[in-house]
Amino acid sequence: MRKKSLWFFMMIFTSLVLLAGCYGGENVQETEKDGDSITDEKVGKSVLHLAVAGEIPTLKTNGAMDGLSQTMIQNVFEGLFRIDADDKVTEGLVDTYDVSEDGLTYTFHLKENALWSNGDPTKATDFIYAWKKALHPDSISPHAYLMESVKGAAHIQDPDHELYGKVDELGVTATDDFTLEVELENDVPYFTELLANPVFYPQNEKFSEEQQDKYALEPENLVFNGPFTLDSWDHDQKWTLKKNSDYWDAENVKVDEINFKVAKDTSTEVNLYETDTIDVANLSSEFVDVYKDHEEYTTSLKSEVYFLRMNQKNEFLSNTNIRKAIDMGWDKEQAAESILKNGSKAAYWLVFPGFVQSPEGEEFRDRFGDLNKGTPEEAKELWNKGLEELGEKEINLDLLSYDDGQRKSVAEYMKNQLEKNLPGLSITINQQPNKQKLALEDDLNYDLSYSGWRNDIADPVEFLSVFLSDGAYNWQEFKNDQFDKNVKKAMVDFTDIDKRFAELQEAEKILIGDEAAISPMYQAGSARLIKPNVKGFTAHANSTYSYQWVTIGN
Amino acid sequence: MKKYIASRVGYMLFTFLIIATFTFFLMQTLPGSPFNDERLSSTQKEVLNERYGLNEPLSVQYFKYLGNITKGDFGVSFQFDGRSVSSIIGERIGVSAILGAQSLIAGMIIGLFLGIIAALRHNTFIDYGAMVVAVLGLSIPNFVLAGLLQYWVGVRLGWLPVAFWEGFEYSILPTIALAAFVVATMARFMRTEMLDVLGNEYITTARAKGIKEYTVILKHGLRNAMIPIITILGPLTVSLMTGTLVVEKIFSVPGLGEQFVKSILTNDYPVIMGVTLFYSLLFIIVILIVDLLYGVVDPRIRLSGGGRREGK
Repeated sequence: MRKKSLWFFMMIFTSLVLLAGCYGGENVQETEKDGDSITDEKVGKSVLHLAVAGEIPTLKTNGAMDGLSQTMIQNVFEGLFRIDADDKVTEGLVDTYDVSEDGLTYTFHLKENALWSNGDPTKATDFIYAWKKALHPDSISPHAYLMESVKGAAHIQDPDHELYGKVDELGVTATDDFTLEVELENDVPYFTELLANPVFYPQNEKFSEEQQDKYALEPENLVFNGPFTLDSWDHDQKWTLKKNSDYWDAENVKVDEINFKVAKDTSTEVNLYETDTIDVANLSSEFVDVYKDHEEYTTSLKSEVYFLRMNQKNEFLSNTNIRKAIDMGWDKEQAAESILKNGSKAAYWLVFPGFVQSPEGEEFRDRFGDLNKGTPEEAKELWNKGLEELGEKEINLDLLSYDDGQRKSVAEYMKNQLEKNLPGLSITINQQPNKQKLALEDDLNYDLSYSGWRNDIADPVEFLSVFLSDGAYNWQEFKNDQFDKNVKKAMVDFTDIDKRFAELQEAEKILIGDEAAISPMYQAGSARLIKPNVKGFTAHANSTYSYQWVTIGN
Repeated sequence: MKKYIASRVGYMLFTFLIIATFTFFLMQTLPGSPFNDERLSSTQKEVLNERYGLNEPLSVQYFKYLGNITKGDFGVSFQFDGRSVSSIIGERIGVSAILGAQSLIAGMIIGLFLGIIAALRHNTFIDYGAMVVAVLGLSIPNFVLAGLLQYWVGVRLGWLPVAFWEGFEYSILPTIALAAFVVATMARFMRTEMLDVLGNEYITTARAKGIKEYTVILKHGLRNAMIPIITILGPLTVSLMTGTLVVEKIFSVPGLGEQFVKSILTNDYPVIMGVTLFYSLLFIIVILIVDLLYGVVDPRIRLSGGGRREGK
């Protein structure tokens, strides 16, 4: 027996020795053992330390994009255009471009000094290659729909059309290495803005083809043409961006290195910030109270609007007065200011202020302002009228909600407010993880649902087309012919921009003001702490970040 | 002994198959689908379902899956583009294992020590002190302890890193957070067992023979008191595995636990299956080792022939 016990201990010992390599300590020593910017200053390098919530889901420009993927992609790659620090479209790889008189043909002249990190120039064919790849049925690019204004793109994605999958029919040509000609289906006024989306980014054709299935899985399976290159990628743990000295605008990129480390918990992130391990910390509402008077505290607004879906299959919610009462019956300002506290803004609309202007510079919101905004008394009046029409005294509704802390409290708050202001209403909250929640919404298996939408381009159609009666996301059985007519026209007809603008304003009024198909809740904000020596940290409204304008002082 | 191990391995495979089957079918009751994404069109969803074989009848999917795992192919994750389940587990398991092993070993040593001291100094200040530690260790949930340690030791005192996994010093706080429970359980068990054993006649005999006190304690006392301890090793290991789910998240340790929770929330079927099977395999092996350890600690328990209960 003694021999056997020896054997057991040997076994345990060997496995421990083998495992000891797993601390991952080997590559710590080189740069940032203690990780504060001051040590880095000494070696003359300007290094930004950031925490992220998880692993990068994909680095394929045609992949399933979330905020983190898109952030990484727009920092290591570049398309024809990019979004600048003020969320305006600015030139990226495009040097100059011409638009034909009918607005249907764009000719882009590329910068000839824009190189891939393997030394190849970024050619017009690299764009065509990436676009066709995104549209190909095999790649299943969730953002391919953004390409629909390019000639042929809609048919290529339509399984019932003869052009399905025939990506060579796409209306793009490379007239020479650095000239790209794009034909459009409609003269969309926001085409250059579309081009700033990663799905329109180029991929180095030769390199990507060589990599096949391995493309974008590891840093060595990628070449970059953006302000930074991905230097190392330790999956789900940490990765490093290095300044790309071959980037055409490299002289304006002031940060040499960005270290990302995965911190999955907000309180961890705050603690890391407090110990100077990271330079930026994102805050959830429970930390906002602690830090809101701190000088390093900042907030920004996102182009993300949350609203309550009201399922009209439900017999009570099919009554317009009931819906209006619910929309009016709770204090949205309080929810934004006292519950969320992160710079979120109470919403009485979908198209948020500052989102879009008419060609004459008229703000979209100015015409109708806040829709269906009223006092609790008015709400109660509508409610009683609705109850009378229905012949009911008491109504019980389910409220489908997200399961994270912050949005959970908003749902609780709404429930309390509505139950107080609308006598006879009782609400049961049903929290679900996001995927499950989406499935229930898709099945119309809910009464009220806390939902949201984020835009890709600054056009009201982005928000409004969600509620088209045959739209894929019209998950509340809303149908209004005038609304459908206005929005559908706006999707294809760009001949009279002013009229289009007015019709979209009317459509939004129908959706919220007249019909109360949804109850807008708030435009999401986000709060963060940024170290005072870090300047130019850019949080875009679409929940992505750009790092190329960051400077780190002393 | 060999025959015994062989039959145990057979049972293990059977258990494994049952777990695989149960997980596979239970997973189907998860509401939603991995491709529930606001941005995917219904055509794209169909293509995806077809590509990953999710449109086939369940029985076909099931046998395909079993066929693949015998070949060691656990499939490809849905949430991370093109990354195989084996590589996801492979990258993370080392970290979880070392954290678990460190907590188990540190916890056992400290726990045994506390338990023995408490037993030897029965009903003294030391005994009470050790038991207060044990009760605290049992009653404070590991996520509370983890949060406290992170804030006080990491932020306020600045003695140890707040989070991440870049060297031994990074593993100290998560280890303490996880080991507290082990220390507490061990100390309480050891104290009771030791008191029990020390009251036996053979201890008195040994002492009467004039054997040195530490030999009495270590050779005659400890070894006999260890037997019941081994029975709780299995459950302890399991509680460590579940403990890592939370502690890994708080300390941003790139281990397997957090990945497991996330895969369930995102309906990432291949990862759910892969990680569940991996955990169960680990658990089955731990049970086997524990059973074999009985024989090592107590030769009265014979494993050969008719089974391990024979000696009792």
